[in-house]
Amino acid sequence: MGIFSSLLSGSGAWNPLVWLLAFVVAVIIVYLIWSRGEKSYKKGTEQTTPFISGNKEPSKDAVHVRGGNLYWGYTEALKGYYERIVPLHSGDMNDYVLWYLGTTALILVIVVVLS
Amino acid sequence: MIWDVIVAQSPALLIAIPLLFAFFCPFIGKISNMVRNIWVAVGMALTSAVALILAWDVYAFGTRIYVFGAQAANYALPLDSGGIPVRIIFTVDPMSALMQIIAAITGLAIILYSISSEQRHSGLSSFYTLYLLMITGILGMVSTGDLFNFFVFLEIVSIASAGLIAYRVDKGLAVEAALKYFVLSTIGALAILFAIGIYYGEYNALNIAMIASRMQFTVLDQIALVLIMAALAMKCGSVPMHFWTPDAYSMAPSSITAMLVVASQASLYGIFRVLFTLYNVTLNTATVGWIVIVLGVLSMVIGVTMAIPQKNVKRLMAYHAISQTGYMLLGVGVGLAVLGNQPLMDSFGYTAMEGGIFHIINHAMYKGLLFLTAGAVFFRIGTYNLNKMGGLGHSMKWTMVFFIIGALAIAGIPPFNGFASKWMIYESVYVFNPILAIIAMVVSILTLASFVKVFHSIFMGPKLPEYEGVKEAPLPMLIGMGILAVIVILFGIFPETVVSTLIVPAAHALTNQGAYIAAVLGGV
Repeated sequence: MGIFSSLLSGSGAWNPLVWLLAFVVAVIIVYLIWSRGEKSYKKGTEQTTPFISGNKEPSKDAVHVRGGNLYWGYTEALKGYYERIVPLHSGDMNDYVLWYLGTTALILVIVVVLS
Repeated sequence: MIWDVIVAQSPALLIAIPLLFAFFCPFIGKISNMVRNIWVAVGMALTSAVALILAWDVYAFGTRIYVFGAQAANYALPLDSGGIPVRIIFTVDPMSALMQIIAAITGLAIILYSISSEQRHSGLSSFYTLYLLMITGILGMVSTGDLFNFFVFLEIVSIASAGLIAYRVDKGLAVEAALKYFVLSTIGALAILFAIGIYYGEYNALNIAMIASRMQFTVLDQIALVLIMAALAMKCGSVPMHFWTPDAYSMAPSSITAMLVVASQASLYGIFRVLFTLYNVTLNTATVGWIVIVLGVLSMVIGVTMAIPQKNVKRLMAYHAISQTGYMLLGVGVGLAVLGNQPLMDSFGYTAMEGGIFHIINHAMYKGLLFLTAGAVFFRIGTYNLNKMGGLGHSMKWTMVFFIIGALAIAGIPPFNGFASKWMIYESVYVFNPILAIIAMVVSILTLASFVKVFHSIFMGPKLPEYEGVKEAPLPMLIGMGILAVIVILFGIFPETVVSTLIVPAAHALTNQGAYIAAVLGGV
């Protein structure tokens, strides 16, 4: 057992230091490729503005995507699931207590019957 | 000499120090706010120091028992007691010590954070008194070897937590959340008390080691097991008894939410202690193991899928806390399902348990960190609504860095600590049942997706006009977050050292019922 030892699971091994080394090597390779790129790029000129079919670029705060707009496709695709699961979280304490008592009863039946 | 006394009396000091500091806190608060802040910080620092000293002693020299009121600290069975440990006994094995370490580190980081985060509020003497009582209760729950004593400490945690959840009132919403938590906690505690009554009626004892040594697993024992297991599963936020968690976690001050995570884990510890130490192989391990696994899988899946559409950052994180609890239940549940089958335990059972237990400490660190970052953002902009946030990475760079560390850790991205424990769970659970491991991995991917959303919503994008003057969080809050962030990184980079030093002894202490019983009943 040493500080640099690998973590063993019985079927595999994990050593974060090796991973970090590989990560550093990858970063160096990326840097080398990047450093050989186009050098005439000028920050702050029209080279850095996006091309939106010739339209003027809107202000930055007007195009910020707010949190509620993210993953619309995911929740829409799982609409059937969410329509059932969200109403269960009713906020009603009576429901909370019933879920707790119901689960207790179910576990009790399973444990006593199967034991 | 003094060192020896401290080490010898550390189990008692662990409870006495925070109780003492809690008791005097309102009086000290009359002097000045600064003196009171120093008082609570010193109290928490001393408590943490004692917890770490005791943990070191346990890991170095084995299980410690401490008999309150006896002639000697290990005098568990007085000659005139009829062979029954009649006094309150603390039994601190490596599993208890691990939980103490979690409470000590998190508690200290949070108190440093709270000194800044709560400075604008009134009633802080009561706040810190309740906070120290909560710490007392958590440390007591994980240290005691007596079931009735466990119930008492559980109640201390519940009462203190309910008071702290309601602390900010917030037009009655926080009070409502606290009421829900308190009603459910009280019903759960009554179930636990009823179960303890069953044990006492059957075995004439309240001591865990004593009951374990006499355990018959009769129908009454089965009823008692279910009552305790369901109540504590509800207390740790396991699906489908998790409904109070998002309400309470989102309405409590962020520093308290981070501590509620630790309190939930103390309940999780209670489940593991009852299953492994009290019952062990006397119960139908496959059946009960699968019940724990199913609770874990439900928690993982429903927790993460409910988190994704949330718009309140703390509510979102609360659902993730439920999801992460599922990993712990899954890992330890697999260990329980094969308990008694030594070849399977050696093959993957111990690794699954170690992964689950490692995830407890990892989760306390990164989830605590994430709740503190959410609190830092709220401290500066006054909202938890993700739709109203954006561009804060320009002005809160350190908070953003801490958030990234916590988010990558919870999503199981290497080399952070969450990856190491999840990797152990994946590898071992895959051997037991590949479908369970695949579900766990998919949940991790969804967790990453969810935190990408949070990161984008809070920190990315242009600086918004309404947050033009926002500054970085105050230094004490950054220090609190920094302590947890450093641990997240170190535990991730040196997982083998943590696992072999802290986790393996804890897992083996949990499964070795005979050693636990011998530590108490052998100490005549």
